[in-house]
Amino acid sequence: MIRRVGFILFLTLLAIVPLFSPYYITMGSYIGLYSIVALGLVLLTGVAGLTSFGQAAFMGVAAYTTAILTVNYDWSPWLSLIIALALTIAIAFILGAITLRMGGHYLPLATIAWGISLYFLFGTIPALGGSTGIPDITALQLFGMELRDEKVFYYLIWVVCLVALWVSTNLLDSREGRAIRALKGGVSMVESFGASGLRLKNIIFIYSAVLACLAGWLYAHMMLFVNPSPFGLGQGIEFLFMIVIGGPFSLWGAIAGSTVITLLKTVLQGILPKLIGQTGNFEIIVFGIMIVVVLQWMRGGIWSLVERLLPPKPNKPINDSSNLPQRIQPARGEPLLKVDTVTKAYGGLLAVKKMSFELFAGEIVGLIGPNGAGKSTMFNLISGELPRTAGNIYFGSENISGMRPPQIARRGLSRTFQHVRLIPGMTALENVMIGTYLRTNDGILAAGLRLNQAAEAQVRAEAARQLRRVGLEESMFVPAGNLSLGKQRIVEIARALCADPVLLLLDEPAAGLRHLEKQELARLLSDLRGEGLSVLVVEHDMEFLMNLVDRIVVMEFGEKLAEGLPKEIRSNPAVLEAYLGGV
Amino acid sequence: MDLQTILILAQDGLTSGAIYVLIAVALILVFGITRVILIPHGEFVSFGALTLASLQVGVMPGTVWLLLILAGIASIMETVRLLSSGAGKELPGVLAVTLVPPLVIAALVKFCIPLHLPLGWQILLTMLIVTPLGPLVYRVAFRPLADATVLVLLIAAVAVHFVLVGLGLLFFGAEGVRTPPFSDVQLTFGTLNVSGQSLWVYAISFVFIALLAWFFSRTLYGKALRAVAFNRNGARLVGISPHLAGTFSFALAAAIGCLSGILIGPITTIYYDSGFLIGLKGFVGAIVGGMVSYPLAALGALMVGFLESYSSFWFSGYKDAIVFAVVIPILLWRSLSSVHYEEEE
Repeated sequence: MIRRVGFILFLTLLAIVPLFSPYYITMGSYIGLYSIVALGLVLLTGVAGLTSFGQAAFMGVAAYTTAILTVNYDWSPWLSLIIALALTIAIAFILGAITLRMGGHYLPLATIAWGISLYFLFGTIPALGGSTGIPDITALQLFGMELRDEKVFYYLIWVVCLVALWVSTNLLDSREGRAIRALKGGVSMVESFGASGLRLKNIIFIYSAVLACLAGWLYAHMMLFVNPSPFGLGQGIEFLFMIVIGGPFSLWGAIAGSTVITLLKTVLQGILPKLIGQTGNFEIIVFGIMIVVVLQWMRGGIWSLVERLLPPKPNKPINDSSNLPQRIQPARGEPLLKVDTVTKAYGGLLAVKKMSFELFAGEIVGLIGPNGAGKSTMFNLISGELPRTAGNIYFGSENISGMRPPQIARRGLSRTFQHVRLIPGMTALENVMIGTYLRTNDGILAAGLRLNQAAEAQVRAEAARQLRRVGLEESMFVPAGNLSLGKQRIVEIARALCADPVLLLLDEPAAGLRHLEKQELARLLSDLRGEGLSVLVVEHDMEFLMNLVDRIVVMEFGEKLAEGLPKEIRSNPAVLEAYLGGV
Repeated sequence: MDLQTILILAQDGLTSGAIYVLIAVALILVFGITRVILIPHGEFVSFGALTLASLQVGVMPGTVWLLLILAGIASIMETVRLLSSGAGKELPGVLAVTLVPPLVIAALVKFCIPLHLPLGWQILLTMLIVTPLGPLVYRVAFRPLADATVLVLLIAAVAVHFVLVGLGLLFFGAEGVRTPPFSDVQLTFGTLNVSGQSLWVYAISFVFIALLAWFFSRTLYGKALRAVAFNRNGARLVGISPHLAGTFSFALAAAIGCLSGILIGPITTIYYDSGFLIGLKGFVGAIVGGMVSYPLAALGALMVGFLESYSSFWFSGYKDAIVFAVVIPILLWRSLSSVHYEEEE
């Protein structure tokens, strides 16, 4: 309710600002333009954990494209928008393809470099007007009317900005959006549910570039004149400052930040030179200090303060049943997983040495061994996280060795993580929804335009069903970060179940759990087996496994030490030796 | 283009390349130890040249004020930190370490300015003023963020860059300076004239790099620093303080930046914001080395020097555009030549 009232107040404010003075119209237009760019940067930086200093350069690409095409070639601005968008997407795609495979700091470095390079090109190439720029850009035409009036343009900018806000909100609350929100914790989690981390990073970078492109195009047709100065690296940095000040984790932070920085800049540019008695852009000192202080004391920016005052967002209704497609589980006893003389070498060190074992449908197999035995390495070889050195792994009759995690996930393997990989700020339900990534296929466009609601309802119902299945119905709307470790591990299992797996891979699910929590976990796994699911558990807690699993494979020093029924293993002298150091 | 032009351009390229090597080495050092991508490194370069220029004309350099202000802020931060963690006993010692050296340096500068010392002493004084700015900047801006992600540290670095550039304008004004060359000698090798200044640049860069190499491979403290760069937690466990390592790396970076500024000051005019582009060119070198490899970074930095020098001859207007555009193919090469199974943060 308060949220809605606040939004209506905001819209009213936007609507009446132009009634005051032309000065407010100009400021408002700039704030709107910058907000459009900042929205993209919030998605890129605050949500996906990447960043770019080149957003101003993307604006420049659009502004110069439309300037040249409309002035020199007499094109319609609307047609030049399409070209500008295509150009922006191509550049963002290339920059992303080159840098996103490497560490996260390469994208900002690359955008700094190309931003500077482009700025110098704008200022040097004679056809682009050099530092004086290109005047007399064609005005926008809408319904046969020329948009030269500042007031009309103000409204146009804010309509675009609000649409961008709406689309971005929808995007975050979708299948791809949830995967993008998960990127900050590393790509391996989303990849294990079938998403490609690289593709998601590319998408979000292109999306942010497209928003900057729209802003640049609007800017050119608002000013009817372009020159290099607004598209330099300094402006690119200022966009980043806007979202850090405003709040990088919320889309509203983009609008708050661009408002504060734009207004503050105007005020400071008026005061500081007089105070100091010298001309110059001294406001950058204040901005720089503000950023350092915000980073040290208030990572969530201004909007995090506002958010604290607002009531939580209402939970969306959940349907009773979902009819997402389900796999046909293999018949009990069919061979499901076969590890055939698999070796993993790190240089001369053999972490896993000629391991072989099998798992049949409908059973729980425990892979145990003392610390450092190579269990987790074996686990990561099966899940595709690590490439093997030699040997083969078969899933059903298919050789899956050499496949990457998304391909393996597609075949019905689903996993949990030794160090819980939940997104702390998302509710348990939203976290579990990530598990359905491969079972639905609504794309970015459908998500942005909110055409995915039917699929979303299905996904929500399915996630709720899995949470009920594991007994966490009451924690559905709690942020995952607020749950106990035991519950977080169960949420991970629910997320894995959401993928409708044939084989569930659990990496040390009992680590750090209390006794009662372990008992509950064992009961849950045994129930799942009762429902026909096959499970491979990597554990070092013998106690936990003994009464649970059908068979045990014991590893030591990267090799298989023993294999058999729990009671055989319990009395196996070699195993006792390995665990207890001799009897 | 005749041989003589080629040689002259090569000599120019080598001179600026040598300076970029120094900067690239400092950037990798700081990144390895603190994970900070030191965007404001260039400000130490311009501060070096500008401080020397102020001393030349007998004016108190603004950097001295910056030194005192930062020392004041750092003292307040240390006081709050120590009192809130109940370690008030350490306070006098820590405050003495933080405040006394800047005060002594400021007094020394005040005393020396009217003496019109010879260039060598003024350079030493400049190094004394600018070098402690590094650790102070680390203490005030980066140390509280030591556990943050590379991304957050990068944003903080850009913010610090803004602050220092703004202060550079405030303290030194918009006028550019040229500092006097170390020597007026002009050597002639056949048809090629080599200025004494260039030889100084080569010699000092070489000596400095050799010293660094010796320090990191032969001394215990140097090895400890490498250990921090290799594995922060591991180093902490064996008793190497990452904060001390961070402080030291920033001191070294500031010293290297200052030295670069003093070396380049007689060759190009330095403005309050010139350091930024110079520092970024060092970055291009560091990127060639993947922010980890010193030899590759040095090679990359030399390449930037030559690229800049030759492109200024053929397409003068596009010199900077070319130098920075070349980052893209470099990154492509790095991306293709390495396989990545990595987890960010």
